[in-house]
Amino acid sequence: MSTKAIHAIYDDDEVLVSAAKKIHAAGIKVKEVFTPFAVHGLPEALHEPRTRIAICAFLYGCTGLSLGLLMMWYFMIHDWPQDIGGKPNATLYHNIPAFIPPLFEGTVFTAAHLMFWTLLFRSWILPGVKPKNPDPRTTDDKFLVLIETEDTEGVSKLLRETGASEIKIVEV
Amino acid sequence: MSLQYTFSDKTKKFTYAMMGAGILAVAYALVRGIPAQRIWANLLIDIFFFLSLGLGATFYMAKKYAAEASYAIVYKRVYEAISGYAPVGLILLALFLLLGFFHVHHIYPWMNPDVYNPASAHYDKIIANKGAYFSAPFFWGRILVFFGLYIWCQHLLRKRSLEEDLTGDITLYKKNITTSAAFLVLFGFTSPVLVWDTIMSVDTHWFSTMFGWYVFAGFWCTTMITITLFSLYLKGKGHLEEMNDSHFHDLGKWIFALSFLWTYTFFCQFMLIWYANIPEEVTYFQDRISLMGYRPLFWIMFFINFSLPMVFLMSRDAKRNANFLKVIGCILIFTHWLDLFVMIMPGTVGANFRLFSPLEFGLFIGFAGLFLYVVLGQLAKAPLLVQKHPFLEESKQHHI
Repeated sequence: MSTKAIHAIYDDDEVLVSAAKKIHAAGIKVKEVFTPFAVHGLPEALHEPRTRIAICAFLYGCTGLSLGLLMMWYFMIHDWPQDIGGKPNATLYHNIPAFIPPLFEGTVFTAAHLMFWTLLFRSWILPGVKPKNPDPRTTDDKFLVLIETEDTEGVSKLLRETGASEIKIVEV
Repeated sequence: MSLQYTFSDKTKKFTYAMMGAGILAVAYALVRGIPAQRIWANLLIDIFFFLSLGLGATFYMAKKYAAEASYAIVYKRVYEAISGYAPVGLILLALFLLLGFFHVHHIYPWMNPDVYNPASAHYDKIIANKGAYFSAPFFWGRILVFFGLYIWCQHLLRKRSLEEDLTGDITLYKKNITTSAAFLVLFGFTSPVLVWDTIMSVDTHWFSTMFGWYVFAGFWCTTMITITLFSLYLKGKGHLEEMNDSHFHDLGKWIFALSFLWTYTFFCQFMLIWYANIPEEVTYFQDRISLMGYRPLFWIMFFINFSLPMVFLMSRDAKRNANFLKVIGCILIFTHWLDLFVMIMPGTVGANFRLFSPLEFGLFIGFAGLFLYVVLGQLAKAPLLVQKHPFLEESKQHHI
């Protein structure tokens, strides 16, 4: 018994989502789906665990906010107190309205950049890495479902019924 | 499960009772000898608060047409019905201004002719310099043009929408897009002026270029909360079958995003004035933060309006949870009303305000009763799901 990979190509995202529901209902494990854009409802259809990027974003945002606060306190209050427009410069608390715009920017900046790098590392799509994408058409207008199975015939039949336009079986 | 909402006698009686509570509150105030100024200031707050929901819904309706958005079509009748309060509210506000013009009340200091008269003891040089802007022909001219425009646009949009439902005529839909686009531009320019004339002019010496947008952001947010609450109410009654979690998720996102917009405009206005520290501008915040005892209200209002949606509506599950939306919506309605309270009260009654008193509470309930009466009446007029809208099917399939 040898495991083989099935590449099933779909032409439409709505067909893909309904196919994903049927594939999951049949108890077949989908290894990966390659799509040209984020398809709404696909992770739910495959019962994928919820993404944790939101938790990362929150933690990164908190990091950015704290770093920004530390920076503002060090620059403007502690190291070299600056008198701008006669505003009180002895405490962070009295000056906080002036610091809110940079703190906001710092939070967004840190969260966005760290999320970006998290995504790249987690999906391992860094510059110079060999692409895992089996078919370049998925970067244009096709959707590819990758299934690894021993029962290629039965699975292929099911995939065709769900509306796959093309099915290719490859050795793993 | 039915498409038609019926405004039952029981509900009608309930709204009458609420309106009765409003009248009782005024009677109580007169008996207890509460100063007339405080009663009138409360009337202005409640008239404007509920009017702003009607205007906000008209704006939202126009925005949906102009953007040709599909997602909100399944609850289109809800915001249409809320927009139906706009004409009622505008008429009430016009009456209020007219009473001020004939010196029945003294909410607006600039309506007193003495302030323009150098010989008078009440002469006010700053207001006299604004005389051209406040002159009767210009003031009433623009008020009538604005009010007429809003009422006319709301009427056209609603009428065509109902007609389209019967005939399925696509030209009516296209006409509504044109009307909406024109309305959005005109509303964008005229609504800040309306806010200056009716709210900002209470503090006649003070001015802020952010003010119109600040008030607008606040009432847009409150409008989205109102739409959510009405939808949840109807959903609870077994109507709006087609409205699913994704639609509520969208409404939750609106509340979340607009709370941030409100905070943004609040902070822009606050920080620029705090930073520049120009005496004629900074009085507004001195009255509210340090001098007149509004400090707790001011900061509670700000932090609840900002942090409550930020913390509790951030997650996806919260925005899809009806009970969550209900509780947060009700709190935010109150704090946005408080926002208006803190805008109007210092300029009218100064330090002689009371928040937890039967007058303030009762008048709010009274106007809420009128608002409910009008909106539920409008809801009962047409099937709750539009029948022949070009985007109906797309809206039913909406999922995010």
